[in-house]
Amino acid sequence: MDYFIELLFGGLTRGSIYALIALGYTMVYGIIGLINFAHGEIYMIGAFTSFIIATVLSIYGFPLLAIVVIAGLAATVWSSAYGFTVEKLAYRPLRKAPRLAPLISAIGMSIFLQNYVLLAQTSDFLPFPALIPEFAFMEPVAHIVGSSDLVILITTTLVMIGLTFLIKFTKIGKAMRATAQDKTMAVLVGINVDRVISATFIIGSALAAIGGLLIASHIGQINFYIGFIAGIKAFTAAVLGGVGSIPGAVLGSLVLGLTESFATGYVSSDYEDVFAFSLLVLILIFKPSGLLGKAETKKV
Amino acid sequence: MLELRNVSAGYGNIQVLHNLDLVINSGEIITLIGANGAGKSTTLMAISGIVPVRSGKILFEGEPIHKISPEKLVAMGICQVPEGRHIFPALTVQENLDMGAFLRNDKDGIKDDLDYVFSLFPILAERRNQDGGTLSGGEQQMLAMSRALMARPKLLLLDEPSMGLAPLIIKQIFGIVRKINKDHNTTIFLVEQNANQALHIADRGYVIENGVITISDSAENLLKNQDVQKAYLGI
Repeated sequence: MDYFIELLFGGLTRGSIYALIALGYTMVYGIIGLINFAHGEIYMIGAFTSFIIATVLSIYGFPLLAIVVIAGLAATVWSSAYGFTVEKLAYRPLRKAPRLAPLISAIGMSIFLQNYVLLAQTSDFLPFPALIPEFAFMEPVAHIVGSSDLVILITTTLVMIGLTFLIKFTKIGKAMRATAQDKTMAVLVGINVDRVISATFIIGSALAAIGGLLIASHIGQINFYIGFIAGIKAFTAAVLGGVGSIPGAVLGSLVLGLTESFATGYVSSDYEDVFAFSLLVLILIFKPSGLLGKAETKKV
Repeated sequence: MLELRNVSAGYGNIQVLHNLDLVINSGEIITLIGANGAGKSTTLMAISGIVPVRSGKILFEGEPIHKISPEKLVAMGICQVPEGRHIFPALTVQENLDMGAFLRNDKDGIKDDLDYVFSLFPILAERRNQDGGTLSGGEQQMLAMSRALMARPKLLLLDEPSMGLAPLIIKQIFGIVRKINKDHNTTIFLVEQNANQALHIADRGYVIENGVITISDSAENLLKNQDVQKAYLGI
């Protein structure tokens, strides 16, 4: 039973990190219909930024909490700046081009950012400082649920609540939904669509950066390639849940995380990806729009 | 209030509007009638800044506006209810109306206008928490018009409000168009295929054929005009 619970929490942790990244994919897809392949790299840049800041600050002997907060903020801001710039440089000029063009541009951006970090840093795995301490109160259950699992779960839950609030009740959130549903009409009610798209990229990138910080601290090492793998997994999760749907991205991520965790625990870690992608294929066969994606109803 | 001078516009290689001239005075209801593909919607989209103007000028209150971005035109007071209503399907009725007031910050004014549109269309108040996509065609038209009114427009552009609606609803909608014009002195530019109804509420009308204005006259005279009767009124 302990083993089951351990796998369950492992899966939830994994799933919530996927969710932080998958939300960026799904929000961008919802608004401009583009799979932003460079999104995984934004997450990787978030991890690197927090790595650099955390390392520097720990040399100067900052307390752990301060390091986490400052590194987290820096990673969010820096990644958002990248997300914003990538959209402006690589996608905006292609807004009216055929759909394939921005997609290729996205793949190009992904390769560019990977190699840029490879050259600027190194291809080696870098040891990431443990930013999340082992809490004393977690000791009795530490063999089942780690402290960092707990922190990741709580942080992602809070972030999701914040995001839901933002999208449901704020002006920019409503504008995002309106733009996703009908771009022409959004313009006709006075929404600056370019600004909404930029905001979407910034929010998505910020979420990915938080994910980058959390997972890097959880796993303890990073390199330039982590964004690619995580990006593919999160993209899978977004498709699984129904790309374009925000609750779908969260659900898909949790399903994917749990599947991987149980497959690793009960079968073999070699089969982790086999199970994950088999699940994707099955869901796409039986429900092509994903778990929560649905065909829109339009009245004329 | 609005003047189109020698306007040409189109999409890609296709030019739709050829040297269009048109004048709308403040407080008027003006209608533009024409067949499918004559360039009615393109005219509205050119005014709203969605379709670029290739040559000529569009003046609003004396200022050239054909190079101004669409969202700024909304702020200046030009609002369009496009063909096919374009309700945000997954936003509630209330949220759709909120989007109409997107550029406004005067809470009291917004509240007044909300009360006003609910008085025009009480059914919308009943359905305010329902998704826009679940409304009937007539209700969607009411919502689309109300959403535009929430921006408190000086000039309201209506693109075929009668399309696909039952005769009784059409009558109600046209009655309300007239009421909006009276209540707030809102200038209305109404594009219609339903020429008979449109001419009965309009002050003046233009007839457009293949992107060219062919007739311009008072609504009364247009109703009596034999060419118009034959082509658009089915008499």
